[in-house]
Amino acid sequence: MSDPDETVDVAIVGGGPAGLAAATELRRHGVARVLVLEREAEAGGIPRHCGHYPFGMREFHRLLRGPDYAARLVRRAEAAGAVIRTGTTVTGLGPDGRLSVCDDRGTATVTARAVLLATGVRETSRAARLIGGEKPGGILPTGALQGLVYLNHQKPFDRPVIIGSELVAFSALLTCRHAGIRPVAIIEAGDRATARWPVPLLARFLGIPFLARTRLEAIHGTRRVEGIDLAGATGERSLQADGVIVTGQFRPEASLLREGGLRIDPATGGPEVDGWGRLSDPAYFAAGNLLRGVETAGWSWAEGRRAASAIAAHLRGDLPEGDRSAPIALDHAALKFAMPQILPMAPAEGRGLAPFLQIRLATPARGRLCLWQGDRIIAYRRLNHRPEQRILMPLPTIDPNAPPPRLTIEPS
Amino acid sequence: MAGARTYDVAVIGGGVVGCALARRFTLDGARVVLLEKAADVLDGASKGNSAILHTGFDAPEGSLELQCIREGYAEYLDIHARLNLPLIRSGAMVLAWTPEELAQLPDLIAQAHLNGITDVESLTAADILRQEPALAANVLGGFRIPGESLIDPWSAAHAYLRQALDNGAMLIRQAEVLGGRRVGDLWEMETSAGTVHAALVINAAGLWGDEVDRRMTGESWFAIKPRKGQFVVYDKPAAALAGHILLPVPNKITKGVVVCRTAFGNLLVGPTAEEQEDRIHATMDRAALEALRKRGEEILPALRDHEITAIYAGLRPATEEKEYRIRADRAEGYITVGGIRSTGLSAALGIAAHVARLAGRADQPLAGPVWPRMPALSDEAQRDWRAPRNGGVICHCERVTRREIEAALSGPMAAGSMGGLKRRTRVTMGRCQGFYCSAELARLTEGRLPEPMLAGNAHDE
Repeated sequence: MSDPDETVDVAIVGGGPAGLAAATELRRHGVARVLVLEREAEAGGIPRHCGHYPFGMREFHRLLRGPDYAARLVRRAEAAGAVIRTGTTVTGLGPDGRLSVCDDRGTATVTARAVLLATGVRETSRAARLIGGEKPGGILPTGALQGLVYLNHQKPFDRPVIIGSELVAFSALLTCRHAGIRPVAIIEAGDRATARWPVPLLARFLGIPFLARTRLEAIHGTRRVEGIDLAGATGERSLQADGVIVTGQFRPEASLLREGGLRIDPATGGPEVDGWGRLSDPAYFAAGNLLRGVETAGWSWAEGRRAASAIAAHLRGDLPEGDRSAPIALDHAALKFAMPQILPMAPAEGRGLAPFLQIRLATPARGRLCLWQGDRIIAYRRLNHRPEQRILMPLPTIDPNAPPPRLTIEPS
Repeated sequence: MAGARTYDVAVIGGGVVGCALARRFTLDGARVVLLEKAADVLDGASKGNSAILHTGFDAPEGSLELQCIREGYAEYLDIHARLNLPLIRSGAMVLAWTPEELAQLPDLIAQAHLNGITDVESLTAADILRQEPALAANVLGGFRIPGESLIDPWSAAHAYLRQALDNGAMLIRQAEVLGGRRVGDLWEMETSAGTVHAALVINAAGLWGDEVDRRMTGESWFAIKPRKGQFVVYDKPAAALAGHILLPVPNKITKGVVVCRTAFGNLLVGPTAEEQEDRIHATMDRAALEALRKRGEEILPALRDHEITAIYAGLRPATEEKEYRIRADRAEGYITVGGIRSTGLSAALGIAAHVARLAGRADQPLAGPVWPRMPALSDEAQRDWRAPRNGGVICHCERVTRREIEAALSGPMAAGSMGGLKRRTRVTMGRCQGFYCSAELARLTEGRLPEPMLAGNAHDE
């Protein structure tokens, strides 16, 4: 339970892989009071309801199921001396690290010298995708399906259709298999699976048709899902199904940031950060999937560790202060985002958010990815990628006296 | 259970109008039963409204609709604080985007004056943009109606019914009226929940108004022509983009696409107006939703960077005529309240008062009736998550607590369906649409709703 006004060194909002890794690492850096605020009844984040493999290779050097992996992360953070407070919701982000929180006792304030935001992601809902039809029961995001299957041992439907083919669709398939649910089809709007091999392979193994270049137009049913309408290259068709699993298109859980007046990058949907993971208010840092949508748990964990190093340096007064340079401008329609948005003016020397610039595409593209300042190319790499693929570039430093950085795709 | 009792008044239909009628007749001293065919109230036309309390500035002059809106508006202002119902005095602006629309403004202002709304105020484009800086700069002019306000689309009806129940009325759900006949001074009604006797029957069956007339009296003097309205709802940060309710210049059929905040701090764009035969399915379609999004972005360009959290469609119980279809047969003890279109939420209390006068009963009004206080869902300052022993937050997007959900699942008006639970608490109606809280909610509601959660998962907003 929180005291009405509590002061800590670092408050971490969100107890998933990134937040827990940061908590552990901050304690190892000798930071005294590290408090993780987790709104669920248990910490661990999304892996807590992914009752399948593979988790933990990077962190524990062994293959674990999601819940076991989440439990290990929690134990490790607690053993390191971090305090994890569950059932506690952060309701507001104030200036100078002042957090409004609520729990069963009502409201309280936590003030921290630095705050790490690690609130993760959620899938894009049926509503946000503007899928038509009615609103019967049995339309679920993967996150909800996993909760019902692994936490509640429920079987919400027998013959659903799966929308999307990112890696999370693989997770949805495994969850269905665990519960004895037999999907009728996987629907993908693009011309092939987004997660190239695992989704089609597992679908084929399970005998589930994979329908590419097909869009879900409408869901029908009064009380339960009865059927769906599809539009594809070969015209329109209908399928019988008793459920719809709406997967992927993860988006950062960033509403608190918007309400708190922290700058958001419309391209990622997450905060605008510099090379140390700092936000527009330098008391705030971010790590994990909040930064850019979905990456693996292991990737988020590594980001949490690096954010901890940056925060420890910040608490020692070792981080450069001063004006943030202008964010990278995206100057090609195929570019979805580049993060961190604010490039450092001096090398981050291992304390940074990540040693790379992380880039994603909105549409497939090939050529040369070029980062410009004025008419000078300061970094480049070859490009032959598809949406949702991870694209990295060594994090460049920029010249504060040159024009703002600009990312383009040039013919190779 | 139902068959054993005889009532003074039976109201057919638990929409906002039926709930207001149950309250009015109960407070006037009658023994009232409300019959609802669905598992919960507000399951028909009333579940998908735009949550605006209208002044009646654009209603047809001299119409019954105008009279009921004016009377209903005044009574809402009078009682909302006692029932703890919200009233956000945002005001509205009617905006002209074309020279043709601009030319219509003087007539609309004159109409408002004729309707008794004398505080409307003509605005230049510069005035408008000063007050609404997020608005597209190509607005040409408009006028302001200070009295137009935002309310909760459901808590008003819930409060009316709750006050009726707390003062002795009876609610029977899953009670579809199958037929009826007049026996002496009483109606004998066959319902799917048994026989009900009542001296006066009021048909407030909304989308089924003509059908219920036929079942009760063998004929109907009007025909319901359902008119569908689709809406998109934006996430809370978008609400900062519009202070006023932003109305277009209306045409003969519809008020047109409105952009406004909601009482819950979201931003709403809609409705469409589409005639259809089907009275059950309010089917959304991608093209219409995309058109609404596009229209929203034309009005508020910054909406481009905001997220849609919900989509929904409702059916208005329109008829062949614009005017309300209210007719009383006092000798037969039968009143039809039909054709209450999109203004039903604003007019409900006025309709109830009008119908009570038509009924001309001589009951003894209750002395010192009970005034229930509704949970404050739309006032963040009053929300349960701020209070001690709330049980923790279950729905994170809308910050709904375990205690709020428990309260909505118990008592005389316990939620009868998942949709009803949502309307009472807002669970799962936020941006994640159940991504985070479905499992916990399924555990909490297990065995406590007639239909398990996943079977009744109708998103009403």
